[in-house]
Amino acid sequence: MFRNNYDNDSVTFSPQGRIFQVEYAAEAVKQGSVVVGIASKTHVVLVAIKRNAEELSSYQKKLFPIDEHVGIAIAGLTSDARVLSNFMKQQCLGHRLTYGRNMPVRTLVDMIGSKAQINTQHYGKRPYGVGLLVAGVDEQGPHLFEFQPSGMTEEMVAFAIGARSQMARTYLEKNIDKFAECGRDELIRHGLRALNESLVQDRELTVDNTSVGVAGAVRASEQDGGSIAVEPFQVYDQQDVAAWIESVAEDKEGDAGAGEGGDAAGEGMDVDS
Amino acid sequence: MDHRPQAWGRPRDDVYGAYDASYLQTTGPKTATQAPVVTGTSVIAIKFKDGVVMAADNLASYGSLARFTDVKRLRPFLSTSIVGFGGDVSDMQFLDRHLNELAIDEAYEHDHAETPSPSDDSTTTTQPPRGQLNAANLHKYLSKLMYRRRSDFDPLWNQILVAGLDSASKPFLASVDLRGTTFSSPSLATGFGAMLAQPIMRRFAATEEDAAKLTREQAVDVVKECMKVLFYRDARSLDRYSLAVVTKDGVELREDEQLEKQSWAFAERIRGYGTQTV
Repeated sequence: MFRNNYDNDSVTFSPQGRIFQVEYAAEAVKQGSVVVGIASKTHVVLVAIKRNAEELSSYQKKLFPIDEHVGIAIAGLTSDARVLSNFMKQQCLGHRLTYGRNMPVRTLVDMIGSKAQINTQHYGKRPYGVGLLVAGVDEQGPHLFEFQPSGMTEEMVAFAIGARSQMARTYLEKNIDKFAECGRDELIRHGLRALNESLVQDRELTVDNTSVGVAGAVRASEQDGGSIAVEPFQVYDQQDVAAWIESVAEDKEGDAGAGEGGDAAGEGMDVDS
Repeated sequence: MDHRPQAWGRPRDDVYGAYDASYLQTTGPKTATQAPVVTGTSVIAIKFKDGVVMAADNLASYGSLARFTDVKRLRPFLSTSIVGFGGDVSDMQFLDRHLNELAIDEAYEHDHAETPSPSDDSTTTTQPPRGQLNAANLHKYLSKLMYRRRSDFDPLWNQILVAGLDSASKPFLASVDLRGTTFSSPSLATGFGAMLAQPIMRRFAATEEDAAKLTREQAVDVVKECMKVLFYRDARSLDRYSLAVVTKDGVELREDEQLEKQSWAFAERIRGYGTQTV
């Protein structure tokens, strides 16, 4: 009787000026497990918590390489992410073929932005139910972009999307000034600490449920032309992430007091579970 | 006053008679270039230590008629690269418009990404934003475009030289023709220049190592000398030409150069052409 009449399609505004289908899609992103991305002057990292449907099953992948220089982290409907990922791979390959260079990351992100936005204004279409963090390097250096199902894209210094990602964002906001100068490993550790913040009480980072992706850009000196040497985007899993997880666990034991303080602050902001 | 907008700006029917709308008909057989019509002759270019020098005369010929004498056949791209066109002039104009569009798109993509770096910049030159299409990217793009058009059996009847810097900021020079064939070399010439100018340029820059030893002045002198030889021996050439030097500081393009110190003394000794009897 009091059913919402304004959420049947993505082209109808509610009397309050909202488009419910787009909001529902944004909600789908919050159902996905958390992913964190951080960019420094030389590197950009993506870290993610993988979920397994049941104890005996494998873990769903969260990080995907797109091209030599770009990778994505997904939160939401994996099948929608597959469509976007295939699209991005094709665009990058096409750009490499016609211009002989890596596609600028912003150009790529603008493309999926336009693609997703079109789905929000045609009858019979639906928005993608997935949010992305796009990490990549180009001639300008490392970049991190957020992508939302509404078609919104924005460049970020650091960001987190997915379930309970507010806790991770709080950590990132607290430490934002440190990121720019971070080295590769330190940036990854910041990412893992941010992930840790958003974990539920009895869960912890393990080699099974943690993925790390890194891309880097080291600029040659001006005399050598100032061109960028690209460290290709690479995903690390299992034993390859063990050392990073361990080092984060160690410094947590080191200052347990500070950790508790963070938890207390986090509980108050636990808006999505 | 005629109030119908369709008639505005048109010759008045009561004065000139009814307009023959069949001229506006756009249907008809699909046509493709079967032969170049208005043509430009050689483009020559040579690499040197920190860049590339390119030259082409300002003539567009209609067959053997020297029809247009002020045609600019060297076109800068994003003020970082230079493109030199030999062959059909209308196809050159098409490509020029196309490349302008590409340059505008590229400039839009990159200007908002550009953040001024605080450290360097005592040398405020025309340094382009990083990541814009460089000469190597542009050449790759043109080669795909030319090959696509020849595969459609509608080639763009040009041979093109692209000069600038590559991603490692080293001098770049390469050619692409109407078939999409590409090659590169320390010195390149299209058309008649390939026979007349290329041997001269090879004396100075046979290899990349030789080219890396040439100074800018030497390279410019070689190119000027070649333009002179081309004017002596190529009947479709002109003594007014454009000369471009592209380095990391950008493109310097002079479009109204005049051949200097010509000597036609050798012409007296030429026998065997025309109507002479001895």
